[in-house]
Amino acid sequence: MTNAPTPSIAVTKQEPGGALSFYGVWLIAAAALIVLPLIFSSGGSLTSFSLIGIAIIFALSYNILLGQTGLLSFGHAVQYGLGGFLAVHAMNAVASHNWPIPLPVIPLIGGIGGMAFALLVGWVMTKRAGTVFAMISLGIGELVASSSLILRSVFGGESGITTDRTSLMPLFGWTFGPQIQVYYLIAFWVMISAIAMYALTRTPLGRICNAVRDNPERVEFIGYDPHVVRYLAYMFAGFFAGIAGGLTAINFEIANSAYLGATQSGLVLFSAFIGGTAYFFGPILGAILVTYLQLGLTSVTSVWQLYFGIIFIGIVMFAPGGIAGILMKHRPLIRAGTLGTVIPSYLVAAIPTLALALGVILTIETVARFSGDAAINLLGIPFVATAPTTWAAAAVLVVGGFLVARITWRRVAEAWDRAATVARDRGYLA
Amino acid sequence: MAELIVISTLNGVLFGMLLFLLSSGLTVIFSMMGVLNFAHASFYMLGAFFGYQLTRWIGFWPALVLAPLLVGAVGMAVERYGLRNTHKHGHVAELLLTFGLAFAIEEIVSMIWGKSPVDYRVPAALDFPAFTVFSTNYPAYKIFMLVVSVVIFIALLVTLKRTRVGLIVQAALTHPSMVGHLGHNVGRVFMLVFGVGSALAGLAGVIAGPSLVTQSDMAAFLGPILFVVIVFGGLGSLPGAFIASLLIGLIQTFAVALNGSLASVFGPLDPSLGASPLTDIWNVTIAQIAPILPYLLLVLVLIFRPMGLLGTRES
Amino acid sequence: MHKLIVAAAAALTVLGGAASAQESIKIGYIDPLSGGGASVGEGGLKTFQYLADELNAKGGILGHKVEIVPLDNKTNPQESLVQAQKAVDAGVRYITQGNGSSVGAALEDFVTKNNSRNPGKEVLYFNYAAVDPSMTNEKCSYWHFRWDANSDIKMEALTNYMKGQPTIKKVYLINMDYSFGQSVRTAARKMLGEKRPDIQVVGDELHPMLKVTDFSPYIAKIKASGADTVVTGNWGQDFALLLKAAADAGLKVNWYTYYAGGAGGPTAIKQTGLENQVFQISEGVPNSGNKAAMDFEKDFRAKTGISVWYPRAVNEMRMFKAAAEKANSIDPVKVAAALEGMKFEVFDGGEGFIRKDDHQFFQPIYISSFGSLADKAKEPFDEENTGWGWHIVSKIDTAQTMLPTTCNMKRP
Repeated sequence: MTNAPTPSIAVTKQEPGGALSFYGVWLIAAAALIVLPLIFSSGGSLTSFSLIGIAIIFALSYNILLGQTGLLSFGHAVQYGLGGFLAVHAMNAVASHNWPIPLPVIPLIGGIGGMAFALLVGWVMTKRAGTVFAMISLGIGELVASSSLILRSVFGGESGITTDRTSLMPLFGWTFGPQIQVYYLIAFWVMISAIAMYALTRTPLGRICNAVRDNPERVEFIGYDPHVVRYLAYMFAGFFAGIAGGLTAINFEIANSAYLGATQSGLVLFSAFIGGTAYFFGPILGAILVTYLQLGLTSVTSVWQLYFGIIFIGIVMFAPGGIAGILMKHRPLIRAGTLGTVIPSYLVAAIPTLALALGVILTIETVARFSGDAAINLLGIPFVATAPTTWAAAAVLVVGGFLVARITWRRVAEAWDRAATVARDRGYLA
Repeated sequence: MAELIVISTLNGVLFGMLLFLLSSGLTVIFSMMGVLNFAHASFYMLGAFFGYQLTRWIGFWPALVLAPLLVGAVGMAVERYGLRNTHKHGHVAELLLTFGLAFAIEEIVSMIWGKSPVDYRVPAALDFPAFTVFSTNYPAYKIFMLVVSVVIFIALLVTLKRTRVGLIVQAALTHPSMVGHLGHNVGRVFMLVFGVGSALAGLAGVIAGPSLVTQSDMAAFLGPILFVVIVFGGLGSLPGAFIASLLIGLIQTFAVALNGSLASVFGPLDPSLGASPLTDIWNVTIAQIAPILPYLLLVLVLIFRPMGLLGTRES
Repeated sequence: MHKLIVAAAAALTVLGGAASAQESIKIGYIDPLSGGGASVGEGGLKTFQYLADELNAKGGILGHKVEIVPLDNKTNPQESLVQAQKAVDAGVRYITQGNGSSVGAALEDFVTKNNSRNPGKEVLYFNYAAVDPSMTNEKCSYWHFRWDANSDIKMEALTNYMKGQPTIKKVYLINMDYSFGQSVRTAARKMLGEKRPDIQVVGDELHPMLKVTDFSPYIAKIKASGADTVVTGNWGQDFALLLKAAADAGLKVNWYTYYAGGAGGPTAIKQTGLENQVFQISEGVPNSGNKAAMDFEKDFRAKTGISVWYPRAVNEMRMFKAAAEKANSIDPVKVAAALEGMKFEVFDGGEGFIRKDDHQFFQPIYISSFGSLADKAKEPFDEENTGWGWHIVSKIDTAQTMLPTTCNMKRP
């Protein structure tokens, strides 16, 4: 892990056939969104897909700030939550007045809510980047979250505001009561938002955002005000966060102060960073992984927070470019056709690494369950937390796995260097 | 009225010094290394739990010395094996590493000591009222906390400004390669700084543990208020953090002491207006919003004076 | 893994020939099992698992085994809805929850919507501790049953007790600034005003929830007000810190609380040495003097290592069984109909009943104080290894806890 990818939204010159593969990716994504619920049709997976969809929009909107413009925000949930609240109020108003507005329009109102708040506070917030912005966003986040409990008539206090998504006018016979219909509504918005946000990265504004991130002084020299650029980016991020919030409100039919809190802000930061902020698709991967972990880990282990922390530390230390960073690192090798020389060493390294991981899991579970439910089931093998054999197995796996993994990863690095040299010779790696 | 002012001032100063005790380590780390350490509150929690455990084994006074050293060692290990490798990927990566660390430490602590509060008590030697003002007692332990805070402040200030070590540390921050050329091990300097900062957090934990609640969620409970203190005081300024702690302590205490709301000043609103944001704002008392005032201050200060009260730089 | 256990259990019962291979009744337990609220949530889980074991040892409900499915909601309403949906998808038809009125309100709304949209797949929500009065008033639902006395009912009982205490002259209210704290203060003001107009409410404080590290300024205010009694709904950290600050400053008042007995509360009281000055209002007391309840308590403590903090959970599970047997069905719709208006001998003795109008359970309420236990034979149970325990100060009969409801129940 020597060279971090240079932080830039991947922009390469159009190659022949590029347009085709470009549209192809979006078409495949759309097809996948349509087909997914047909394959995994259980209620549980529909709920998960819906949440993942929302998380994707939210994480992408966050990356407009972090990846594109270099603004680290600790309060992105504010726009998300306010969008959610506005959406709930809008749904209640539409239902009580019988306005002919169908449900799929509601997220747009959430987006406008998020953008309106960004419009209001953004100007003073984005005056400066860096730590000052981060800390202001932290302060604003705390202020709004706390105020939401004081302004009871708008935010409904602790229990929040509820709504009924089926009370709006049906669209083509869809009432949006069943989760599958809500899923398709979310999927529709995921596609629209993702395309819009991708398009944003290709506009002059998107490019100048990158410039502001990398060198605001020079941006000023060429006649742009970095403050204005940051302000615009902040508003766009707020807009899409608001859409995500509106979709959440539709999904849960409730908006409450938890939407606005620091946990939500932290999660989106996690998602974007774990996925990789340097590439457009990074936050998408991150959102999928983090939401999945959040939904899945809790039902497997009671100490999910520890795994969450360890995975996070691991990614920050060994893959600072996120998942997308790792994937994209292999691109030149694929092009140069030298990836094949690296794969065997990967496979060799995978075994002790897996053993190490299993050892760590076994150790953690042994400690966690020592005084409670002592039965552990790892990969179908039962262990008992109080048995010395379990401790021995864990120790062997951890120590042995670590020692062997260190050697094998050194060999991966060597193989990698050879492959990269070849790729460099062939002109695919700068 | 005099009673209210005297007591509120005393309470404010005591609370402010507690805040300084908690945030001094964070300021040191931040001002020296530029790392926003989100795990600082976790080191503070470790300090409290180490303190609790050692107090049971060997008594409070040895624990007061040993627990911070242990936490400092943990901090040094974190710097050596974690932060140092992450440093080249920028401040966001460093910050996120401490973020993950905070998660992990909380869970580890609750795995070892459980999730309920532990019975960590004020040592018997300090468990008596030191003095009484207007029939309100002030426990000796709180005075002890105040003294420790002031001692730490002076010691840190002297070390940084008046000693050779302090000079090297400060130089290493701005001109690391130059300091390296002069024959100092910059990596070790940073490791030491991080260790000292963590140890200070640990010390705060040992001392604050008995007077607050020692529980596995105490780090999350403390929350971002420490960042408010150091940013408000000016990033990297020790006297700034000291003054900010005092100010925030006093403001919060006085806000709680006041009962005023718009309704009490201008009279209640016409009930026919019904529930609206206006009635909510009208009826909220200053005391109710006291704990969110620091965040308001933070935002205002950053807007009008981005370097904070006594800071010299913005990041 | 669960499936394995269930399969094994089923196989065993088949061998035993007792409760045939009937499908088990799954009860989704939705409460915090990680994060800040976990200590409370784990206690509840142990209680329900113990109660399920108790039922299963006697043949389950109508031959069905009872299985508790733990679902971690991290005290977050959204997460609770996800977990509830997950549970329903996995075939759970009964959910139970207690911590956090915001979660309770979200779940109540969830079951109402779910049941109207998915007829034939109804889900019942058994609430064992969320006490926001609105859940059985303006927001009431036919599919929600509450075994805990809501905060207004507890205040009704408490003020009925305070009515007869002439030493109380000046009362100070301090509460956490959220729905529960606010209903405590509103009810206290209203009911004290009606029952003891001579009592002065000398202070009425709301402080932000779980954000205050130093309560000394609040204590200074209480002291300055000259109050002799403090009424508070504070719990957890906010209760412990409040009490510590009071003890530090040497404040001598009586504390009337809702949750002094919660995790960490007894430890804090013992630390501050406020013996017999802290009162708690609850629907049961370990040292109740009721033989059956105390035997239960002894066995429960031996097996789980915690005290019976939720006598209402005992009532809930036992009444569930009774209602299912009365309806001769484990179908939620029929069980709900059977529970309506049901009378029941409660855990600590005395009669309680579920009011048909709002599905609130009414039961005797106890005021107890915390201190050293003089007679170990009569009062054997201490709390959190402090050596101190709760003893009954007063018992308020069911009739004295009745309050009208504004619920306009929509029946299916």
